[in-house]
Amino acid sequence: MSATLTVKGLKAGVGEKEILHGIDLVINPGETHVFMGPNGAGKSTLGNAIMGHPAYEVTEGSIQYGDLDLLEETADKRAKAGLFMTFQNPIEVPGITVANFMRNAIEMRTGERVKLWNFRKKVKEIANILTIPEDYADRDLNVGFSGGEKKKAEILQLLILDPDLAILDETDSGLDVDAVRVVSKGIQEFQKKEGKSLFIITHNAAILEALDVTHTHILVDGKIVKSGGKELIDEIFTEGFEKYIEAEKAE
Amino acid sequence: MAKEKTFVEDVQRDLYDFRDEEIDFYRVDTGLTKDIVLQISEEKNDPEWMRDFRLKCLDIFNHSKMPPWGPSIDGLNLDNIVTYVKPKTGMAGKWEDVPEDIKNTFERLGIPEAERKSLAGVGAQYDSELVYHNIRAEVAAQGVIYTDIESALHGPYGDMIKDHFMKLVKPTEHPFAALHGAVWSGGSFVYVPPGVDVEIPLQSYFRLNAPGAGQFEHTLIIVDDRAKLHFIEGCSAPKYSVANLHAGCVEIFVGDDAKMRYSTIENWSKNMYNLNTKRVTVGKNSAMEWVSGSFGSHTSYLYPMTILRGDNSKMDYTGITFAGAGQELDTGMKVNHIGKHTTSSVNTRSICKDGGISNTRTSVVIAPNADESKSIVGCTSLMLDSKSRSDTIPAIDVRNQNSDVGHEAKIGKISDEAVFYLMSRGISEEDARAMIVSGFAESVSKELPLEYAVEMNNLIRLEMVGAIG
Repeated sequence: MSATLTVKGLKAGVGEKEILHGIDLVINPGETHVFMGPNGAGKSTLGNAIMGHPAYEVTEGSIQYGDLDLLEETADKRAKAGLFMTFQNPIEVPGITVANFMRNAIEMRTGERVKLWNFRKKVKEIANILTIPEDYADRDLNVGFSGGEKKKAEILQLLILDPDLAILDETDSGLDVDAVRVVSKGIQEFQKKEGKSLFIITHNAAILEALDVTHTHILVDGKIVKSGGKELIDEIFTEGFEKYIEAEKAE
Repeated sequence: MAKEKTFVEDVQRDLYDFRDEEIDFYRVDTGLTKDIVLQISEEKNDPEWMRDFRLKCLDIFNHSKMPPWGPSIDGLNLDNIVTYVKPKTGMAGKWEDVPEDIKNTFERLGIPEAERKSLAGVGAQYDSELVYHNIRAEVAAQGVIYTDIESALHGPYGDMIKDHFMKLVKPTEHPFAALHGAVWSGGSFVYVPPGVDVEIPLQSYFRLNAPGAGQFEHTLIIVDDRAKLHFIEGCSAPKYSVANLHAGCVEIFVGDDAKMRYSTIENWSKNMYNLNTKRVTVGKNSAMEWVSGSFGSHTSYLYPMTILRGDNSKMDYTGITFAGAGQELDTGMKVNHIGKHTTSSVNTRSICKDGGISNTRTSVVIAPNADESKSIVGCTSLMLDSKSRSDTIPAIDVRNQNSDVGHEAKIGKISDEAVFYLMSRGISEEDARAMIVSGFAESVSKELPLEYAVEMNNLIRLEMVGAIG
């Protein structure tokens, strides 16, 4: 069931270093939020804190998903509640195929057995939509995948695992034009479905063009300095972050 | 997920840990004396040469020194070890004829079921003696011999055994080879005649039930020219608080243009000293493959050795070792390239956790006349915590100018990032770690017969449970 993500006064960091200095954010079902900002602003930290990366320590504030206090839950429990995150650098796991991994993940999340035949059919269908070869799913998880293939595999997982709230952490970085198209297509497919929420971190305009963006946030130095609609994206791509960085420095 | 059925049914530790009562079993006294050796020899109705050989071995043992290297075996006191325990039964050719409790043991280990499904023959040893040996009629009809050594000694293959027995592993080699020669009991004899392809595997299973006992089975395999064989060895024992000793010996003779594969999955209990010696000599154009999984035992010394005697012969070794709390597993392999154009390829994986120690010792020797030979050795270790220890100890001795030798060692840990990645997909931390470890072991498990691969994965899962939290 889709739920509302509510982040209040969130301070978080790695080790002694505080990176997020108080973030407030609400993502309702069906909304797509885009996060932009210079490198080091804390975009990935925010995504990781929401997903529950153990290296990121939350020192203040709260993260709720519906009634669930996410800070009390480990990453797997958050995934079971409906969250998902794509990685900038997906990990290679030899010995388990993409298909078996996804099947395992669904079974562990739902506690129900996935019928092999139906599952294969679904993988095939989605692989076709994404125009990625079917044998993809039979290769070991991310092993020997090129950067682009890894990102495509993340999108394949997004569509197969079918979460309610997906955090996409620079799923488009370092991709060629074709791969960007595939990734963008996958995100659109996900967005089409009822009640799905997206948290997108990107520097890439092309990926956003075809998406229905409801909110845009600009992060500078661990704070959301400006929030708006899709028009804010156009502003950033023409004018850059400079004026927000300057304003932040001036404070 | 539904559990797949394995030969060794569901892997619960209690599966291996159940013990049978010993009723009216014949045991020799503890320790090692001439009288005990003679008593064993008499009990087994040895031919005279074998009795003399045993006494010679005892003499060698009494004059030998423990190796100055390797894990400590101070906890092993031979004065407390019973070298021979004979269950109160003869060897049966049908499971119905095996006494109920012993049969149940092997039923629980899944051996009769495996035999029905996918094996050409089975030998089952309980303590010091074989309690069951059988070979499929159609395989026997091809002239394949698969039996216990004791009865073969008195049959038409008696001379063949005499010509090969401990000729490859000599009793002078190390104290436990000498000890083995003195008190060996049980094991299997396999002979595959020229040109015969034994398409489905033979399997011997060794079960040591008696506390404070030693198991000294001897496996002698002769694969004649152009023949093919896959032999599987399985071992387990229940856990006792006293030390048990396993000092088996495997000798394999592979002729020309032949192929042999030897697979082992060993899950001795953690009070076992596993001091085992395995060796093969390989003829020209022949191939030897070792697949070895070492999970159990308190302390292991295990380095299967291959002598690539014939030109163009080759060897592949794939091994995995998993050392947990209180275990020190010293495993590896040796290969001697004697023939020209011989090749060897070695892939070992070792995993250690909870303070377990896993050493990988390898030795590659290329003889002066082994022209244009090649050897590649890869050792990879995975340490699951910083209490554990893993060492790779390679020795390479190349005596000509035109051979090619490579050695690569890698050591790693499970990264938090990898665990988080899997957890972000809804997989629990425990399962995520088990998944990564299974993946690490996969290059070995895929070489194992399916049922053993499943068993190995279950063993890994079992070892991983409780690794955290």
